[in-house]
Amino acid sequence: MLDVFLFATLNGLVTGLLLFMLASGLTLIFSMMGVLNFAHASFYMLGAYFAYSISSYLGFWIGLLLAPVIVGILGALVERYGLRHVHRHGHVAELVFTFGLAFLIEELVQFFWGRDTKNYQQPDILDFPLFTLFGQEFSAYRGFMIFISVLIFIGLYYLLTRSRIGIIIQAAITHPHTVASLGHNVPLIFMGVFGVGSALAGVAGVIAGPVLTTFPGMAVVLGSIVFVIVVIGGLGSLAGAFIASLLIGLLQSYAIASDLGMQDLLALLGVSFERSHPLNDLWTLTLPQIAPILPFLLLVLVLIFRPTGLLGKREE
Amino acid sequence: MLEVTDLHAYYGKSHILQGVNFNIQEGEIVSLLGRNGVGRSTTVKSIMGEVPPQGSIRFRGQEIAGLPAYRIAKLGIGYVPENRDIFPTLTVRQNLILGQKSMRRSGRWSIEELFRMFPNLEQRADVPGGVLSGGEQQMLCMCRTLMGDPELVMIDEPTEGLAPKVVEQVGNLLREIADRGVAILLVEQKLNIALRVSSRLYVMGHGEVVYEGTPTSLKQADAVRAEWLEI
Repeated sequence: MLDVFLFATLNGLVTGLLLFMLASGLTLIFSMMGVLNFAHASFYMLGAYFAYSISSYLGFWIGLLLAPVIVGILGALVERYGLRHVHRHGHVAELVFTFGLAFLIEELVQFFWGRDTKNYQQPDILDFPLFTLFGQEFSAYRGFMIFISVLIFIGLYYLLTRSRIGIIIQAAITHPHTVASLGHNVPLIFMGVFGVGSALAGVAGVIAGPVLTTFPGMAVVLGSIVFVIVVIGGLGSLAGAFIASLLIGLLQSYAIASDLGMQDLLALLGVSFERSHPLNDLWTLTLPQIAPILPFLLLVLVLIFRPTGLLGKREE
Repeated sequence: MLEVTDLHAYYGKSHILQGVNFNIQEGEIVSLLGRNGVGRSTTVKSIMGEVPPQGSIRFRGQEIAGLPAYRIAKLGIGYVPENRDIFPTLTVRQNLILGQKSMRRSGRWSIEELFRMFPNLEQRADVPGGVLSGGEQQMLCMCRTLMGDPELVMIDEPTEGLAPKVVEQVGNLLREIADRGVAILLVEQKLNIALRVSSRLYVMGHGEVVYEGTPTSLKQADAVRAEWLEI
């Protein structure tokens, strides 16, 4: 029991931190633009594909460095030459623009790399068990994912709260006009934040690609969960996004690891059904089976009972 | 140093500024007076590029009408908005750091010096700006703009809603700024502080300048005061 719990926690942590790498960029970009960027997860997918292609020539580590930089530059260009023009026409236009961009990127990925799953592998040097407990192995690559995520978040935290540029970014998000009149180029700052946010999604793609498989649907799979997270955390709240990321990561991981099912719950209540019962499939549902639904179930519950999300502020 | 000629501005379809003309010389304190809604704040905002201006605004010989706000600020125009716009979650010190335009260049003012002038800001250096009193926020807002070392500061209603003692402090700071060779455009509704500190005054009415004079001449111009200023 303890071994299952321990490994489920570790795996949940890996997923949660990965989700936060996407959710943090999405939250920052949302705070700036006031609009959810539907193409955010597409940058995550591009990160994985770029890293796959680069790694086949230059190795995993060069891919880890280069792919996020390329994705970040792409993100900055999208803001500068796309979103900034659409911005004049209001939020709906921006939303539709990012929606279209997500489809465009998915089509382009299929065009250049094909529809099949790519054989993007973790580097050999990390292909060993980090430790073995209760006869189970925890791979070094997963440990490496935790390490990279934590490293990036510490860096980001110091950049945002301690550095001069971080202070300017914080102020520009809430008071763009005042920051501009103090002599700071606010559009340039926004372009930078968009670029860095996209690059973060790119990093997530690079390190998730070998584990969660690199295929054209990966943006949709993770993207929908990331939206759930920013809404549950409270739109625009970084701390909320962090809590929600870990919550969803752990929740899914525990659900998959547990072998509880409806039958056990019903047995607790002293109810049992015949195997021949027409709704037998419903009574035998197990928690691992419904794990993929849990984030969306949580989303619906949060929206009903706390519409602003866990740490969100009510709009004035 | 600032020459505003035939300045027009619109909010939607309403024609707010209908040909404003005035100028400021180096190191001068000039007041822009008038009742609420005559276009004083809009004048300042359109100089700063926050409201799109039509007409000519020349700063030290360069046309600045239509430039983005950050470029205008970098040329040396500082702006202290009416709503003060302190960043509430940032500390007093961080608010001041935000006023610096670059890390390298140090100008006439430093954080240490401003703290010497306003000891209560120093005491609250690491407190979020949002918890300061109205008077402290006004001082912080003016100091923040000074950190950018402007050559001309435009200050919109700095004494609004402040206690007489704090109004006195604002007046002293205005003189201190002018003593260092920085020109001031003071937007005011209160006649007494404007008369005390200004070298010249403009009175606005219905989107244009209706009177230009000195404190002495305005004191004698009873008709102007009655028609355009007194309530």
